Amino acid sequence: MFKDKDRYLSIVLISPSIIAVLIFIYGFIAWSVRVSLSEWKGLTPDYTFAKLNNYINLFSDPRFQVDIRNTLIFTGVFVVGSIVLGFFMAVMLDQGLKGEGFFRSLFLFPMAISYIVTGVVWRWLMNPAEGDRISGLNLLFSNLNLDFLINKWHTTETWGIAAIALAAIWQMSGYTMALYLAGLRSIPIELREAAQIDGATELQIYRHIMLPLLAPVTLSALIILGHMSLKVFDLIVAVAGKQLPLDVPAIYMWQTTFDGLFYGRGAAIGILLLISVAVLIIPYIRYTLKTETQA
Amino acid sequence: MKTKFRIGKNWLYIPLIALAIFYLLPMYVMLVTGFKSFEEIDLQTMWNLPRGLALDNYIEAYGSLAPSLWNSFLMVIPAAAISSMLGSLNGFILAKWKFRGADFIFPFILFGMFIPYQSILIPLVVFVNATLRPLGLGGIPALVIAHVIYGIPITTLTFRNYYASLPQELLEAAKIDGADMLGIYRWILLPISIPSFVVVLIWQFTSAWNDFLFAVVLTSNRSWPITVALNNMAGSQIISWNVQMAGSLLAALPTLLVYIFLGRYFLRGLLAGSLKG
Repeated sequence: MFKDKDRYLSIVLISPSIIAVLIFIYGFIAWSVRVSLSEWKGLTPDYTFAKLNNYINLFSDPRFQVDIRNTLIFTGVFVVGSIVLGFFMAVMLDQGLKGEGFFRSLFLFPMAISYIVTGVVWRWLMNPAEGDRISGLNLLFSNLNLDFLINKWHTTETWGIAAIALAAIWQMSGYTMALYLAGLRSIPIELREAAQIDGATELQIYRHIMLPLLAPVTLSALIILGHMSLKVFDLIVAVAGKQLPLDVPAIYMWQTTFDGLFYGRGAAIGILLLISVAVLIIPYIRYTLKTETQA
Repeated sequence: MKTKFRIGKNWLYIPLIALAIFYLLPMYVMLVTGFKSFEEIDLQTMWNLPRGLALDNYIEAYGSLAPSLWNSFLMVIPAAAISSMLGSLNGFILAKWKFRGADFIFPFILFGMFIPYQSILIPLVVFVNATLRPLGLGGIPALVIAHVIYGIPITTLTFRNYYASLPQELLEAAKIDGADMLGIYRWILLPISIPSFVVVLIWQFTSAWNDFLFAVVLTSNRSWPITVALNNMAGSQIISWNVQMAGSLLAALPTLLVYIFLGRYFLRGLLAGSLKG
């Protein structure tokens, strides 16, 4: 059906990209694995085989334990917060109110700006100063007589990372809203109408009809947001710099590799991050491509 | 029937407006602080409106960020342009000119979109230092190359989904008329893929502009793009918070303007990123 010349040409044209992906993604991953199994620390590469030592040491490393704890807290707050908020925003905007487009654009605009900008601004909003020096959101709460809301934000012990998750929710909840809104719009209007005729209340319609039909959207949102929070990096750097209590694996990797020159350890953190992301993403890609071919 | 849903829904404006305020708070602080004169700057009057429209903060922020703003433009424009050309070609071949194994390769390309770049960062830096830097292609050119290569998955996906949605008859008719593959791409698909080009250009522009990780490991002082420069500005004790706010707005402005004027396309890119193009 196709001419041979065109078939060869198509392979020739796509091969630079495929080779680039092979080298810069898969080749580099393999290279990182090799570094992670080596004793390399310092400026000169040292590929002496170190077995799994870098990995084993990480799990007994108190800093890495803080990282795991912070990642879990951040993921929990960020994912649940963005999904719940995004869902309610989508439902509200699905009611055919005037100004829907305005609110939709407003809830989405933080997606256009960088985590660094978000982090720099939120750092000042989450100023933990007390007494006469109170400022930022705490000052706002105090002026509004909402003193019970005043808190130490990211400087709170153990849970400080949750405050940064709040800034991440500000940035990303519009995204879940957009996903849910697209999902809601794809549900046929007849379904709602049928339920209404049967006497279902609006709440029942959302609870028993819409929510189950939106399960695939929730799954996508869970996976996309979950994998983002495993990788979280710039936002925390911009809010907190390299403070140990707010450390996460991505920052540890960056600091230990490029400041500390512990290449072996840095590579091991990178590979652990990759494995945790792959566990979420590989089934997701398979599932998406399968439903695509069925459609 | 639709009107039925509208009755008695006006109370929804209360939560909607409350949320709108939440989303605008950081923007409000950025804008208001930027326009205050240096005498008015005080963390305790952060929420007050400015007395006049002073530009001191913007001038000072621009003074120290201007070189990195230009670095960002120099980096982002070629990165976005090359990425979308490559993505379009790849997407066309994967969607319409399937060779054996195309369906096998595709998920492997897709996975590249999600990997944490920490897992390729050490080889990337070693590679850039060994090959590009000696050729004088370190800094911004290296950053462009990184964004083009690691952008292949998302740009290919967006174009592939778009081309796959076009009817096969379009190609068959052209083939009967004797057009070859490149002819079909050049004369039939390229002219109708302008909207996809806009989507991908915006997407790559935004993600390259907002990137911090590649920038912080691949560039140095002179070649810092805006994200790195802003972060360093925020981390320094010398530059006060009001200038940081003005600097944040300058750093956010290009992508915000793109969003304001081309938001529709931005949203499409966003949804493509969740594989649901």
